[in-house]
Amino acid sequence: MHDLVAITALSGAEPRVDAVGGVTCTEYPGVAIASVAARLGQEAAARKALSNLIGAPAPDVGQLAGETVKAFWASPDQWMIEAPFGTHEDIADQVKAAVGGTASVTEQTDGWTRFDLKGEHIPAVLELMCMLDLRKIDSGSASRCAIHHIGCFVLCRSPELFSIYGPRSSAGSLHHAIITAMRSAL
Amino acid sequence: MTQNNRLSGGQIDRNTTVNFRFDNRSYTAHPGDTLASALLANDVRLIGRSFKYHRPRGLLTAGSEEPNGIVELRTGARKEPNTRATTIEMFDGLEANSQNRWPSLKFDALAVNDLFSNFLSAGFYYKTFMWPAAFWEKVYEPIIRRAAGLGSLSMEADPDEYDKGFRHCDLLIIGAGPSGLMAALTAGRAGADVILADEDFKLGGRLNSETFSVGDQNASDWAAQAVAELSAMPNVRLMTRTTVIGAFDHGIYGAVERTGDHLATLPVGKPRQILWRIYTKKALLCAGATERPIAFENNDRPGIIMASALRTYANRFAVTASQRVAIFTNNDDGHRTAADLHAKGVHISAVIDVREDAPTNYDYEVLSGAQVIDTKGRLGLTFVEVALPDGSTRTLDCGALGVSGGWNPNVHLTCHQRGRPVWNEDLDAFVPGSNLPVGLSVAGAANGVMSTHGALQSGANSAAEALELTNALPELPAAEDAPVSQKPFWYVEGCKRAWLDQQNDVTVKDVKLSYQEGFRSVEHLKRYTTLGMATDQGKTSNISALAIMAEVAGKSIPETGTTIFRPPYTPVPIATFAGRMKGQEFHPTRLTPSHYWAKERGAVFVEVGNWLRAQWFPLPGETHWRESVDREVRQTRASVGVCDCTTLGKIDVQGTDAAAFLNRVYANGFAKLAVGKTRYGLMLREDGMVMDDGTAARLAEDHFVVTTTTANAVSVYRHMEFVRQCLFPDMDVQLISTTEAWAQYAVAGPNSRKLLQKIVDPEFDISNETFPFMACGNVTVCGGLRARLFRISFSGELAFEIAVPSRYGDAMMRHLMAQGEEFDVTPYGTEALGVMRIEKGHAAGSELNGTTTALNLGMGKMVSKKKDSIGSTLSEREALNEPDVLKLVGIKPVSPEEKITAGGHLMNTDGPVDAAHDQGYVTSAVYSPILNSNIGLGLLKNGSDRMGEKMRLVSPLTNLTVDVEIVSAHFVDPEGERLRA
Amino acid sequence: MIINHPLLGPRDASEFTYLGDASLIDRPDWQDENAADAFYEYGYLRDNPAGKHQELWFHEAGDRSWLVVTRDTTTHEIFKVELARDVARARGRSK
Repeated sequence: MHDLVAITALSGAEPRVDAVGGVTCTEYPGVAIASVAARLGQEAAARKALSNLIGAPAPDVGQLAGETVKAFWASPDQWMIEAPFGTHEDIADQVKAAVGGTASVTEQTDGWTRFDLKGEHIPAVLELMCMLDLRKIDSGSASRCAIHHIGCFVLCRSPELFSIYGPRSSAGSLHHAIITAMRSAL
Repeated sequence: MTQNNRLSGGQIDRNTTVNFRFDNRSYTAHPGDTLASALLANDVRLIGRSFKYHRPRGLLTAGSEEPNGIVELRTGARKEPNTRATTIEMFDGLEANSQNRWPSLKFDALAVNDLFSNFLSAGFYYKTFMWPAAFWEKVYEPIIRRAAGLGSLSMEADPDEYDKGFRHCDLLIIGAGPSGLMAALTAGRAGADVILADEDFKLGGRLNSETFSVGDQNASDWAAQAVAELSAMPNVRLMTRTTVIGAFDHGIYGAVERTGDHLATLPVGKPRQILWRIYTKKALLCAGATERPIAFENNDRPGIIMASALRTYANRFAVTASQRVAIFTNNDDGHRTAADLHAKGVHISAVIDVREDAPTNYDYEVLSGAQVIDTKGRLGLTFVEVALPDGSTRTLDCGALGVSGGWNPNVHLTCHQRGRPVWNEDLDAFVPGSNLPVGLSVAGAANGVMSTHGALQSGANSAAEALELTNALPELPAAEDAPVSQKPFWYVEGCKRAWLDQQNDVTVKDVKLSYQEGFRSVEHLKRYTTLGMATDQGKTSNISALAIMAEVAGKSIPETGTTIFRPPYTPVPIATFAGRMKGQEFHPTRLTPSHYWAKERGAVFVEVGNWLRAQWFPLPGETHWRESVDREVRQTRASVGVCDCTTLGKIDVQGTDAAAFLNRVYANGFAKLAVGKTRYGLMLREDGMVMDDGTAARLAEDHFVVTTTTANAVSVYRHMEFVRQCLFPDMDVQLISTTEAWAQYAVAGPNSRKLLQKIVDPEFDISNETFPFMACGNVTVCGGLRARLFRISFSGELAFEIAVPSRYGDAMMRHLMAQGEEFDVTPYGTEALGVMRIEKGHAAGSELNGTTTALNLGMGKMVSKKKDSIGSTLSEREALNEPDVLKLVGIKPVSPEEKITAGGHLMNTDGPVDAAHDQGYVTSAVYSPILNSNIGLGLLKNGSDRMGEKMRLVSPLTNLTVDVEIVSAHFVDPEGERLRA
Repeated sequence: MIINHPLLGPRDASEFTYLGDASLIDRPDWQDENAADAFYEYGYLRDNPAGKHQELWFHEAGDRSWLVVTRDTTTHEIFKVELARDVARARGRSK
């Protein structure tokens, strides 16, 4: 094992947790991510391989699916795979092994910072941040949008649990945007 | 102070008394009051001074159309000038001050302007302050600014929070009067997703100002009951204190919600205002109508108020402006005010009705066919002079005069996309035209439906139509359905000073004068007289001015035309548009994984795009940035330095056609690049100019990692997606950015390999033999962490770039520093990076400036003619390939200590210094601690053939002339021996 | 403005980056004998219609699709939104 110590995107040794009015925002570094993009002409095969990997049909436009290993739609014929970091730090290799030549796989683990919002009235917070039509968002939807000019994914795991993925370098600005919106709305 | 002008009834909370201050005097009021109603209750009629003549002014209206009653609200950093007293919701401790007066509101020194009004007529500024031109900035403008003014700014940063948000709905209803409430009930009961927004803090619109009944209830009670029903509906969102300020494309509306303006102090973290962007499928404008004045001599005295406003003050706020009130009207609605006030015990001096056949069956005097010809009272109305039809005059004793000239539908939002309103002969007013914003319809008074019954009916019908409802409409409560009865009447003839735009001090005479002076278009009239250009945007004055202009032009009002209404409907603080994006949060900030380490080291940072990059790392005792930078360069070239290059864009390119794809986007070839090798890549725009440069490392047959410059990472990715999706859609290639995933460090200098050998796990041989210049590959470091290693060099030294997953970047940087101690390692910043790349002659941002070709940069031969690539065809254009085109050269001052300047131009040693003789220019300049000389890079005509030539570097702007010598751009190690070592 | 993305539905125009005339898809053949002139026209000469116009928009803050949007330049009315990749293929572009 190597001896380098990881820090979170907000530069802490431990994940940052903030609570405002019944909603908590938790920095969530314990996730490994890889992108999967189907090779040209291999779209069906890639979907099938992806489906085997996550134990569910490959998610359609704007959807999130899977159990331990989950996938969400990112672009036409492109998905992001998320899995627990502890068991999947080498996620790119694991996914590549699963999809073989049907898709291109790229490690994305540290490209992103994830904040989990948990509690009631999360839509009241989100409507101050992004222009998504929150009436149409329910469990299992995954949408890409801009939050404070930062390109993000907003995943609805349940009405009371949302994940926001943003680029790691902008973690501070994204965190500020989330916390100010929470204070404002809640 | 007691509230002498308080009446019975009203919708205020009499059980609670709050205190407020106006011009440093204390008064009392009740929750439910506005500042305006509270001032009237306390018999304060004088509220401000006018813009130009500093005439004493009071309230004209009871709503957001108010031109006169504008004050500075709050104090200190929270002071907000030009706030309409009519919209300020009362709270305990409210403090407001009058504005545009000195030394006091009652005695204003600049009221002397009023005596010189003959000289201050329309176009006064244009005519007077013309000469000499040099006087404008220093003399005229400061004087005008001081004299003609609105409120003053606090000059402190606004300490409050502002927010932005986004909402979606099926139907947005703008305005919660009778039509809006009925529309909301109709849509809400049908299950539609509705937002009902109203600028007021109490929903109900005019229903809260009237005494008649709706159904079997009092109008305001009916409104309250409707609001209660709507609040209980989960599919209806009520947005009070929310002004819809603009109608934008495709059903998008802007709205400002004043979430905190009515609070004495904001709870921590809560915004004062929220700017909402509301996405609608359909919208319904129920904005009601605004009563318009009649212009007559001295019609601007405090106490002369719109008749409907007097009714609002009496019925909603239980306040009268005076115990003795007269009414001047051209229509039946004016009589309603008299009746309501009379019923509340206010003495009605008389109703002056311009109509010969005015209704007279009241308990007070009605003067039919009469007109108000003058008024008296220096700081507030005391008398009005009335001309009777028989030619006699009469003086009426009154402290307030209600004026009613008819009603103008609030069509503003229907015009925000250049829709033009149409003239309605029955109303003598503009009503919405047919070219409305897509998805918008109009109901109630805003659509010219003036009765309460009509408003309820049109609200219900319009909502049903907009939503295509098929079920039965709700039953309408019974309500008054009086027809509009009025005689068009805009101003009293023969006046010397009859005010139209009271905020900007524009009179009937000014409008006529501007026409005489040749301003025939209403747009010109507006700008010449400034009519309608004040903070109220002429809501009470525009139509009257049009009518007068039509009259002098001998045209009809519709022929004369209207000016264009633009957003915002009412003024919006700049802070609201900024939202929370202010100060450091103006834009997102991007930090590299070792940012906090660099901060600990005392690094000085520079913004590059949104990134913060370490510029240099000062050591204790270093007092000037050059000391630090020179040391970083020397230490790196002598031993080893480390630079954070995480910010470079990284794009993962995969697929069976990955190499073929890169062949298209880069001017040089990539098909034959071996796996495990890196190549410099030059990217052109289609016009042949250089777009960006970087490297492409081939990690596998079908896998490359491409780098871009920090600044162009986003645009290069976008361009590559364009090439992939739009130009070569059948290539098997997949792109994704990995910029953020890897922390990447340049390790440069003769000892860089030795340092990295302590870090890269021993099973990976990074000797020159197995890992030569331009090699790349996956390795592990520090006992098993996956990493990528590239042997590339920007500094010209033996150098590597090592990439690790971002979460380990901080640890890797600390590890490099610790392991490098024995080599006297130094971190270096972007300044040292810049010095070394200029010493090496590498082109960067200053040279890739959008006007340079590969040939200009000395890389003409890299543009392959054997393949198709973006920009290759147009790079062959004749003019770009003339023999004397600019070429990249090095520039050295003849005396090494002489400074050279980027942006300076190169001239021959003899001859004129002018554009015609220009030979080229300097793109980059630094001091080289290695050469002990200032040096630069530049672009010089036919530069590659002019080595050794002496030239003059000139910068006429800074009076700089330096003798320079043209040299090779490769100042350091021109043969490239070091980087291959 | 709202752009009705063929995959994602209505999205605010602020999520997109504008490039220009969709004729940029019709890149000339570099080996054509009139390639220089064709590229010159392709690069510099554009129709500027007051009315219906096909243009390229990139869903930068979204799924990174290039779209061909048919829009009236005088009213902003949008008639059609297609994936640029499909349009490119339909216009005969391949590798």
